[in-house]
Amino acid sequence: MSIIKTKVGRRSFLKNSALAGGGMMLGFSWLASCKLSPEEVNELPKEWFKINGFLKIADNGQVTILSPNPEGGQNVKTSMPMIVAEELDVVWKDVIVEQAPLDTDAFTFQYLGGSQAIRRGWEGLRMAGASARILLITAAAEAWQVPIEEITTEGGVIFHNSSKKSAGYGEMASAAAKIKVPEEVQLKEIGDFKIIGTSQKNVDGQKIVTGKPLFGIDTHRDGMLIAMIVHPPAFGLKIESIDDSEARTMPGIKDIFKIKVFNDDYEKAFFDTRTFNEVAVIVGNSTWEVMNAKKVLQIACGPIESATETRDRFGRKWEEHTPAGLESTADHYAQMEAMSAKKGEVRRRDGDPETAFKRAVKIIEATYTAPFLAHNCMEPMNFFADVTSEKAALIGPLQKPELTEQTLSARLGMPIENIDIQMTRLGGGYGRRSYAHWLVEAALISQKMNAPVKLVYTREDDMTDGIYRPAYQAKYRAGLDADNNLIAFHVKTGGIPQSPLHQDRFPAGAVDNYLAEDWTIDTNLTVGSFRAPSSNFMACAEQSFLDEVAEAAGKDPIDFRLALLDRAITDPQGKTNDYDPQRYAGVLKLVREKSNWGKEPSGMSRGVSAYFCHNSYAAQVLDMVIKDGKPTVQKVTCAIDCGLVVNPDAATNLAEGGIVDGIGNALYGELTFVDGVPQKSNFDKYRMIRMKEAPKEIDIHFVESDIDPTGLGEPTFPPIFAAVANALYGATGKRHYHQPFLKDTSTLTS
Amino acid sequence: MANFSVKVNGKTVDLEVDGSTPMLWVLRDHLKLVGTKYGCGIAQCGACTVHLGDNAVRSCQLPISSVGEKEITTIEGLSENGDHPVQKAWLEIDVPQCGYCQAGQIMTASALLKSNPSPSDDEIEGAMNGNICRCGTYTRIKKAIKTAAAENTNA
Ligand code: FES
Ligand code: FES
Repeated sequence: MSIIKTKVGRRSFLKNSALAGGGMMLGFSWLASCKLSPEEVNELPKEWFKINGFLKIADNGQVTILSPNPEGGQNVKTSMPMIVAEELDVVWKDVIVEQAPLDTDAFTFQYLGGSQAIRRGWEGLRMAGASARILLITAAAEAWQVPIEEITTEGGVIFHNSSKKSAGYGEMASAAAKIKVPEEVQLKEIGDFKIIGTSQKNVDGQKIVTGKPLFGIDTHRDGMLIAMIVHPPAFGLKIESIDDSEARTMPGIKDIFKIKVFNDDYEKAFFDTRTFNEVAVIVGNSTWEVMNAKKVLQIACGPIESATETRDRFGRKWEEHTPAGLESTADHYAQMEAMSAKKGEVRRRDGDPETAFKRAVKIIEATYTAPFLAHNCMEPMNFFADVTSEKAALIGPLQKPELTEQTLSARLGMPIENIDIQMTRLGGGYGRRSYAHWLVEAALISQKMNAPVKLVYTREDDMTDGIYRPAYQAKYRAGLDADNNLIAFHVKTGGIPQSPLHQDRFPAGAVDNYLAEDWTIDTNLTVGSFRAPSSNFMACAEQSFLDEVAEAAGKDPIDFRLALLDRAITDPQGKTNDYDPQRYAGVLKLVREKSNWGKEPSGMSRGVSAYFCHNSYAAQVLDMVIKDGKPTVQKVTCAIDCGLVVNPDAATNLAEGGIVDGIGNALYGELTFVDGVPQKSNFDKYRMIRMKEAPKEIDIHFVESDIDPTGLGEPTFPPIFAAVANALYGATGKRHYHQPFLKDTSTLTS
Repeated sequence: MANFSVKVNGKTVDLEVDGSTPMLWVLRDHLKLVGTKYGCGIAQCGACTVHLGDNAVRSCQLPISSVGEKEITTIEGLSENGDHPVQKAWLEIDVPQCGYCQAGQIMTASALLKSNPSPSDDEIEGAMNGNICRCGTYTRIKKAIKTAAAENTNA
């Protein structure tokens, strides 16, 4: 039985603010909207009692659990409340789930990103449920005048067996809300879980399949105007003037002006990236009218000057250098090649790699590259804002509401208390919605128009005004001795403008002589987080390379990896290795078993890959055939160790999604530039994976575990790139080093 | 600007807009039927799919002036209580991740099943290939279409 403190750091985690007495009155229509169908709402509660920031209990026993984090498809809106409900000890189907607003007093870490919601929320969510249960029990003990230890609960009912007394949670809610939260609470034993570990359907499922307004872009308010931006056509340019003589006269157009997203003296925080700090804005009555005016608005642009600015990463400052000029992809690859020929920054050296390479009888070398990628969330960037001189109301999809709120407060010069941000469901995020400059833009436009405004990016704006996945290159070298043992390993990698290196990841720790170095190249293209940042490239390069090394060593690719992991278990090299080799080996063994490794169906080519990132482990075997010259993925078998799985079917869905998305990006994903101009602006040119190219079958297996849950939004994404590359090698006889592997729909590139 | 009268989800609505306005924006901006989604505006993603008569069409490419007498059905009008076999199958298989593309997927799938009640895998892939899902729910979509088809044939 684990006992945890209800104070986390300086925060008293759970305030029972219901001391205000009576609950909130919420109408029938609100309640009905939360349930699948109105008939399920048999009894309308009269009063709700807020037990803590996470939950409210009504006088009739109805429980509402607030889901603190933004929902973008990872199913946290179902999984997080399940954890609360488990410790509260209620029946899941009686629970109503509501999206919590941004509330830094009640919640910590209301982020979406880095697969962290469940991992970081785990203890707090359990505590919220467990402590509420204690308050209810305490209230009952007082009411019945019995010792608290004799009280039990089940499914939302409190029992005192010897006196045969019982009461629903609703009957005790009012009293419970007035009791002080205890300093410590007991959590359930994992073996006693009734909700966690069972598959529960998406709480928004019914709304999604009936087209209810769930997304930011669906927001509507009376008197609301529509706004769109016009930005320079190329990175490296800025707007000098706008000619709106024609656009202004078009039907439905209200105003056209320029906005400056960040003031010149503002020190940008980590997620305040904005390429085009000044953009033109068109505001009008309806989307189509604004789109038409957008086509005729003329802007004149001039070159940007190079600049160095100090930025702030959670208190740590760094200098960001933005060069002037119009950049092109061809130059980028040449620059990366030139950089990799120079000395890099040594990040880790174990043993004596130089001497070991001289001793090696066989040296394997390979270079891998990957392009810039656009996020292409299906819901384009958008935000609603209603800003007056006193307050700002914002509604929309974003991943880091707490940080964005600080940015907006600084930009408007308005105290945080006067800013209200409501989070909507995200039509995809994958990192892009962490950079919420569009929220600031929407607020500035609303302020100028003195009206509620919905800012919507067209697909073209979304793709050409992006915060892209950086371009990367990695050079690997491996040295084998006469017995085909890996005696030296060297990785030298870098990117534009970020290095993807994780020097302490596998195979660090498994090789005596190991060298990891890196470099970076400045750019004026804006980059940022993209589903499994940096891992999404390193996994592909490293796991493709290990396959090639295994082949050179004449070993089975899984045995080869397991032998290295065994070395990391029994005799780890170096000081810090940031993976657990047992768990790493565990997923490889599980995927070997589940895929019937060694007995692949005839005519099928197989590729294996395994990676550790975002605190979870994933290993995959991908089966491929070439049909009409095109690779077809027949099946992907995947083993995952992400600790305890809260909601297995939802976790499976998310894992499948990472695999499909990864295959798509590996085969087709690419954004190139010519003189600063993105060469793709919509889905006619930007190839996204479609149903025909998706695996015919995906078979997901979770390692059974009692370890606290870790993330799942990202870990299946990075390794699948290499599983594709390794299967392609078997299918075509050619190693694939450069993403995307298919430049267009039909040709295989080498 | 001109006056139009269109039939949407069984109701006739009159409105005054420019004739070039795509039904996507008529639905979303003017009729507040926001279940139909904007994804690309150029007939490449399928997020805006509605039924025109019995056919799945991309509403971003359907100017209001070309609709005429034909009946338009949106996700909001696919069934009265959200219990169309395709919607039910979607819930049973728990298809959605972010959910943004799903209205378009469901509209394409339901039109497919209307014209072809038990499609083969190839036919499903052919019909659904115009609908992009960045979250990667394709294998579940296919499974849900088969589930709905099976219910159709059993019923
Ligand atoms: S918005 Fe119509 S097909 Fe994409
Ligand atoms: S569910 Fe997110 S795009 Fe399809």
